[in-house]
Amino acid sequence: MARTDAVAEQETLALEAPGRSLVRRILWGAAHLISIAALVIAWEGLARSGTFTPFVLPSLSSVIERIWSDAQSGELAINTGLTVYRALVGFLISAVFGILIGLAMSRNVVANWFFDPVVSVGFPMPKIAFLPVVILWLGVYDVSKITMIVVDAIFPVIAATVIAIKGVERELIWSARNMGASDRELMWQIVLPAAMPQILTGLQVALPLSMIVAVVAEMLMGGYGLGGAMMTASRFADSRGVFAGIVEIAIVGYVLVKGMSLLRRRLLIWHQEANEPTTA
Amino acid sequence: MKSALLRYLPLLLLAIAWELVSRLGLVSSSALPPLSDVLKSWYELLLDGDLTGNGFASLYRGGMGLLLAVVVGAALGIAMAWWKPANVLFAPIVEIFYPLPKSALIPVTVIWLGFGNGSKILLIFLGCMIPVTIGAFNGARSSEQTLVWSARSMGASRLRMLWDVVLPSAMPELLNGIRTALALSFILLVSSELIVAREGLGYLIGFLGANGSYDAMYAVVLTVAFLGFAADRGYQMFMNWMLQWREQTQ
Repeated sequence: MARTDAVAEQETLALEAPGRSLVRRILWGAAHLISIAALVIAWEGLARSGTFTPFVLPSLSSVIERIWSDAQSGELAINTGLTVYRALVGFLISAVFGILIGLAMSRNVVANWFFDPVVSVGFPMPKIAFLPVVILWLGVYDVSKITMIVVDAIFPVIAATVIAIKGVERELIWSARNMGASDRELMWQIVLPAAMPQILTGLQVALPLSMIVAVVAEMLMGGYGLGGAMMTASRFADSRGVFAGIVEIAIVGYVLVKGMSLLRRRLLIWHQEANEPTTA
Repeated sequence: MKSALLRYLPLLLLAIAWELVSRLGLVSSSALPPLSDVLKSWYELLLDGDLTGNGFASLYRGGMGLLLAVVVGAALGIAMAWWKPANVLFAPIVEIFYPLPKSALIPVTVIWLGFGNGSKILLIFLGCMIPVTIGAFNGARSSEQTLVWSARSMGASRLRMLWDVVLPSAMPELLNGIRTALALSFILLVSSELIVAREGLGYLIGFLGANGSYDAMYAVVLTVAFLGFAADRGYQMFMNWMLQWREQTQ
């Protein structure tokens, strides 16, 4: 079925004159901006009209002013830097160890015997509930925040790696062996590249999760960081600070997720999915 | 039965290691109370009614938020796939909110609705809607054109087609999106209750921890972890049951 769809799509593309399709694309692009603009205007308008008190909904302009003054005092850089640092360190540890454990599980019977039930029970658990336990053990500093991130983010990576390696086509492995590939060559040149797309999908689940957990951990443990700053603002009923925080965190999250999908496209440039239209 | 035992033996070994490590005094019993003490205080909490009362409060918030997210999210996703203006209008908004770390919404929902049920339900609704929307959108968009065409040529109305063709073919991806939302709802529920609440399992964990009754705290933590696990397993069974027709037709 996919084939006929692709053919049909090509035909419709061919039917449209190139000039017209460019105009249309620009028009649709402009239409996409409309809703963003509407959102911004609605926020500012509602806040200014006095429908809501400034506490419930501070105007966008005052929130931007607040972000600007945070940026000038250097606080924004410190908080953003710390949050990104924690999230990325936790993410990288989960990525490295998640892939290693996944590899071990698919190559070693004992590792599989031990980790399989741990992963299948641990993956669907809300591990964030262990946050007070982690605080009890490791205190409220970076070590415990990063530990909590790893505990949450490592499971999707392990699961994706195991499934990815299981899904590598037998024919690929057989032909490589037939041509005399050693175990190490087989791993680096055949299995890992073939498993790459799904492993990256696991990493793309783990990265936003790292950010979610980093923000929660900072909110609970306080101190510097975007989550901590938001919580402080909320304690002092400083709602401009809270909204500034959410805008800042949203931008950081957007940049990280976009960066990850760019990285995916760069890494999979050889893969057929690079030719497919992007959805996100 | 025997194979299940063998399969979950590593978990049993971990549980025994936990008990031994803390009984033998290798770690302080306040950092890691013996598992048997934890189970005892779990039973006490159950008898007190602390566990059931707070548990129901949590499940109510999670269930309401998730229900709203599924209804609104699925409707929005299918509308976006089915009707281009809806797509143009909402796709940019979905794209902006998708990468937002949803836990950042916790203080905002508190400002809007206070410390009670409302703010948690709103948080879970907002946080869980996007994965449902994306699942429904991808599913409905991928419904086979030939099926749509043949339904149309057989004289199905647009509404009929939506119900009979688009919705069933969107179902697998939609159900997967809801599974992501389910996991997310537990994360948001517990973290929001840990941070600001007066009741609920997350609140109970924080309260017991602050009072230093660590064996009871561990008991509630394990309860939450088990609830999340059981919800996912139950949902998986529901999903397989819902998708039975797919296996039969293939």
